[in-house]
Amino acid sequence: MFKILQKRMLNPTVAQITIAAPLIARKAEAGQFIILRAMENSERMPLTIAGYDREAGTIMLIFQIVGAGTTELSSLNEGDSLQDCVGPLGQATHLDGLHKVCVVGGGVGCAIALPVAKKLHDLGAEVHGVIGFRSKDLVILEEEFSGICQELRLMTDDGTHGEKGLVTTALEELINSGNHYDAVIAIGPLVMMKFVSLLTKKYGVKTIVSMNPIMVDGTGMCGGCRLTVGGETKFACVDGPDFDGHLVDFDEAISRSRMYDEFEFRARDEACRLLRTEGQ
Amino acid sequence: MPDRNMSPLQTPMPAQDPVVRVTNFQEVTLGYTREMAIDEAKRCLNCKHKPCVAQCPVMIDIPAFIQRVAQDDMEGAYEVLSASTALPAVCGRVCPQEVQCEKACVRKLKGESVGIGRLERFVADWHREHNQTKPAKVETNGHRVAVIGAGPAGLTCAGDLAKLGYEVTVFEALHMPGGVMVYGIPEFRLPKTIVAHEIENVKAMGVKIETNVVIGKTLTIDELFEQGYASVFIGSGAGLPNFMHIPGESLKGVYSANEYLTRINLMKAYEHNSRTPIQKSNAVAVVGGGNVAMDAARCARRMGAKTVYIVYRRGRDELPARLEEIEHAAEEGIQLKLLTNPVEVLGDERGWVRGLKCIEMELKEPDTSGRRRPVPKPDSEFELTIDTLIMAIGTSPNPLLSRATDGLETNRFGCLVTRNEDGLTSCNHVYAGGDVVIGAATVILAMGAGKRAAAAIHKDISQQSGAV
Repeated sequence: MFKILQKRMLNPTVAQITIAAPLIARKAEAGQFIILRAMENSERMPLTIAGYDREAGTIMLIFQIVGAGTTELSSLNEGDSLQDCVGPLGQATHLDGLHKVCVVGGGVGCAIALPVAKKLHDLGAEVHGVIGFRSKDLVILEEEFSGICQELRLMTDDGTHGEKGLVTTALEELINSGNHYDAVIAIGPLVMMKFVSLLTKKYGVKTIVSMNPIMVDGTGMCGGCRLTVGGETKFACVDGPDFDGHLVDFDEAISRSRMYDEFEFRARDEACRLLRTEGQ
Repeated sequence: MPDRNMSPLQTPMPAQDPVVRVTNFQEVTLGYTREMAIDEAKRCLNCKHKPCVAQCPVMIDIPAFIQRVAQDDMEGAYEVLSASTALPAVCGRVCPQEVQCEKACVRKLKGESVGIGRLERFVADWHREHNQTKPAKVETNGHRVAVIGAGPAGLTCAGDLAKLGYEVTVFEALHMPGGVMVYGIPEFRLPKTIVAHEIENVKAMGVKIETNVVIGKTLTIDELFEQGYASVFIGSGAGLPNFMHIPGESLKGVYSANEYLTRINLMKAYEHNSRTPIQKSNAVAVVGGGNVAMDAARCARRMGAKTVYIVYRRGRDELPARLEEIEHAAEEGIQLKLLTNPVEVLGDERGWVRGLKCIEMELKEPDTSGRRRPVPKPDSEFELTIDTLIMAIGTSPNPLLSRATDGLETNRFGCLVTRNEDGLTSCNHVYAGGDVVIGAATVILAMGAGKRAAAAIHKDISQQSGAV
């Protein structure tokens, strides 16, 4: 079960894996996520589904190698199997009735933004894209985005590829040049989604963000993924992961996302050390 | 006159010293020896009217199994138990016997009841340690039943149906079967190897367990019927944690008891080098007075917290937790802050919990639940200095399944509505039992419901197929 059929590196720290998961593939929709455990003692890790093939019975995941969990996951190769994988969880992104949309992706968030952009494109919407990365070697999925976006702006923090600057700069230029979007869909780091939402609020453009907080079970059981949205407590796993960006309390979400930074730092070191030893 | 033990007191059960046990996650109580068990069994009067049996949700023939223990026939005793329960080693440990079987014991008229729970535990443990034979698989009758949730209700329902020849598949959302027995109840109260062993027995009867399947997401109930299941039993529990909705609940360091216990129990955060992050706490407050609150508090103590408070808005007599758990918690240095209610979680400038603002309460006339209603005392606010807060104020059924199933009726608490004692829901051939119907309760009540539903499903399918 959950055999890795294909694996490739999109850049030095971002991997793409295709997994045999027929039941999940049958139901998956853009915006939904799965929870996996790479190995027997790994933690449960939520990852948004980056693609699926219902006929082949596969799902595709794209992840950045940042912590112990993703380091362990990246140590698995084609032919290996995940210990566990459950889903599809959460609500699908609601895309009906949107005619013109700007999809904003940041870093590895582009992996999740892509299926949303694709689906919009398939529904006949006019799709614009703004994708941002720190630097040239971290750019992913540029070709895929340019294939479906009528207008695509690629931004890098250091200007080594595309334009130098932030995604918000490009988005504001697009809005100011007369584009009236039914919605902006922003998927990426919390800070990016926060500033995109602040910008679009100024222009009164509806904005959907995809939240990826710390969670354990993904079915509403732990409450660890709770967010404040419009003054109410919501569970990202069952009520989301998509929310109205103008209503999300980002500062709280950012603070909560850092709860285990210190633990993660130690765990990643440990995972790297163990995997290095095993490799020798 | 048979050889009877007329001591008014129960044979005491050995336990780990509190000073030692707060430093480990090993089982607190150590169980009877064979001699202790026989001695205690001889306190049973073998009453003809068996008042204890009527109080047991799964109707174990209690005097019958205890008589066999008294005669040193442990295997015979186990046979009596397993005729009625698939999880005797679990029930012997976590059942609230004092309000069920033991409450009705005639020996209570002059002293303590027979230690029924302790004897049940002894017999189940004895069997596990001395007998490797697995329960036999019954020949299939060709009918398939789907069970949602591998907790006490689902496993009991599945086991009973398997004994009748049904092909049962249990679908579990988590990566491990056991439900609350693996994610909620801590290792020191219910060792996970024991739960795993009882689940292996259920599997040996032919029950299939599919983990990582969320019914309502991965598959729907309608699809289960399309796949050929003749009936569905829902035992998905009450997993949705309640919060108080007071300011500061989103600070870092505030957990639901579900999250805190799941990280520790299911995800093994207590083990050295565990991959599961959990906060290193110094001073913890647990809000609530039930068994879950006691479990969370005692886990916090074992995870290294120096100070652990239980904050409960009613008084000691109203604590819903089992007496044994309250006593064990007290021995372990847990401090009870009774007649106290939190009003605000206080945070530091970096978003971490630094304290809990509470108010003192007093009890007024009884409310609709029959318990005296707590009301705040004016101007009695005070602060507890803590770095971690655990909310153990109850759980509700997860709405995920009911939202995904047309026609599955719920009440205003989110519990599934059942038409009768059998657990038949508003959908034909769909039964439900345990916490998903009655709200968060006990392992044994869930088992009782699973048992009744299994009997009803058998009747339903037999009638459909014209076998009756």
